[in-house]
Amino acid sequence: MIKDSIVMSWKNIINNKLRSFLTMLGIVIGVAAIIALITIVQGVIDEVDKQFDSLGANTMIVQAQGTPLKSGLTDEEIEMLSNIDGVSGISPSISLDLDIWRNGKIYEGINIQGKNEVFFRKNSDSIARGRGLNILDVENKNNVCVITDDFERDVFPGEDGLGKSISIKGVEYLIVGIYKESNNIASVSNMLSDTTVGVMIPYKNIMSISGLKNIVSIEIYTEPDADQEFVSQDAKHILNAAFNYKDDSYILFEMDSLLDVMKTTQQMMKGMLVGIASISLVVGGIGIMNMMLVSVTERTTEIGLRKALGAEPQSIQLQFMIEAMFLSLLGGLIGIVVGFIISYVASNIIGINLNLSASAVILGFGFSAAIGIIFGSAPARKASKLNPIDALRSV
Amino acid sequence: MNKEILSMEDIVKVYRMGDEDQVILKHINFKVYENEFVSILGPSGSGKSTMMNILGCLDVQTSGKYTLSGHDVSKLNEKELARIRNKEIGFVFQSFQLLPRLNAVENVELPLIYSKIPKHERRERAEEMLLKVGLENRMNNYPNQLSGGQQQRVAIARAIVTRPTILLADEPTGALDQHTGHQVMELFKTLNNEGRTIIMITHDEKIAQNAERIVRILDGNLKEEVRAND
Repeated sequence: MIKDSIVMSWKNIINNKLRSFLTMLGIVIGVAAIIALITIVQGVIDEVDKQFDSLGANTMIVQAQGTPLKSGLTDEEIEMLSNIDGVSGISPSISLDLDIWRNGKIYEGINIQGKNEVFFRKNSDSIARGRGLNILDVENKNNVCVITDDFERDVFPGEDGLGKSISIKGVEYLIVGIYKESNNIASVSNMLSDTTVGVMIPYKNIMSISGLKNIVSIEIYTEPDADQEFVSQDAKHILNAAFNYKDDSYILFEMDSLLDVMKTTQQMMKGMLVGIASISLVVGGIGIMNMMLVSVTERTTEIGLRKALGAEPQSIQLQFMIEAMFLSLLGGLIGIVVGFIISYVASNIIGINLNLSASAVILGFGFSAAIGIIFGSAPARKASKLNPIDALRSV
Repeated sequence: MNKEILSMEDIVKVYRMGDEDQVILKHINFKVYENEFVSILGPSGSGKSTMMNILGCLDVQTSGKYTLSGHDVSKLNEKELARIRNKEIGFVFQSFQLLPRLNAVENVELPLIYSKIPKHERRERAEEMLLKVGLENRMNNYPNQLSGGQQQRVAIARAIVTRPTILLADEPTGALDQHTGHQVMELFKTLNNEGRTIIMITHDEKIAQNAERIVRILDGNLKEEVRAND
């Protein structure tokens, strides 16, 4: 019985190709929009999370605005911060754009970061070759540097940059390590400003070059099991004292709570986008309902005849129900395929990983099935209630 | 006398037209026996279509008792009515009423779907019926590829494929020319000779003469006319 109804529905859909296609289009667009949105938004979220996670976990960031008398933190204050219980280390972040010379050739406006040994200890995985900067380099202001693999390719095409040297402000710096650019340079401020780092040198060298007395930006790394709340309280005490209890003299970002807020926002965004896309599904459902009502009217005689031949009201209802389901599920299926194609193209353009989630498919399919049931039942009921005499007389 | 298969006792049908009631059938008493070929003859507006609807269990009388194969039809619900129509009655309509998207054999199979007969048996029985009505070469043709006479024969095959108790024909030759109409009547006679009970509703005196018994209906009153010869 159901098989016969399916065959019958298929024939009806095939016989009204254009109309069926236009009816399905609403569902196709709705489901495709949902699938594409979920996939693309999830891809972007994953990408952002990946970048933030690599910096964010167990990290706090201090950005000093300073006071008229004091622009940043002194070495002693940084020392005090690093002695807080639960703090594993502190890395200053100083950056300058400078020209770099190599063999009489100039590389203009290269971003140079001042780092310390703590940074390289935390990011030891990112050293491709050679070594990171150590405590002796920093304390002795050694003229050594770590360059990124991108920068190496620029300056030493086809060569190994390790052991060679570059010139910054007339001083030769020996290259002791190559840093993998793909593992982002761990500084949130870099990431936010989208700066491409070229060279990293001991931060004390940068302070000498720039004439800075204080450090404006630091990252505080905490122990994995440290209580972030306590650490941040202690840090605030020190920072308040350092800036003479002046309001707005510094900003303390706790990356963990920042991440939480960000993730909540992302989920809300995602929900909102899917909600908007769902509206098109409702519109598509109304389209199906419209077509089914037209179909019932057109086939009044057929329904009357079927009843005369012994069709029970339920089997008439089932027939129209199946037809509506067929339209919406077929639309949903095409929508899923179209949605994936859009996601694929979009993720290639944006440059994110394609993350095809099963939940998106289930959602798309579930939505279209529900649409079929909701918007198909009224016309199906109308058909089953037709009086066979009136129906046969309408010839 | 053969077994009685249907009986109408004191059947009244009233339709409400706007504010006034209109009596369409006035106390009809009518019986049909097994293997009869009966014509119900009457002009349009006489109430013959209403009578046919009640006979075919498509409509229910206002009062009186209609018994078909032992079932009191007025006591049946929608589902049981559908089953009765499927099992006991084979309809033949003036305008054939074939489904245009189904071919001849699929059209004949249609009532068997509602009898829940398995696919292969449906096909077998449908082909057998088309052979009986002489359309063995037209099994896979669609209605628009068939002449009017052929279409009506498909419809007749569809009506008898469920082996119904009565074959109920409403102006079966109304849409056909004289020659093909005659052929359809010959087919009816053959089916009747094979033991089938046929009730035919018509306004055409000459067509009605094909039956062995004629009842006339006029203004909702039934008048029996018994014919000696046949």
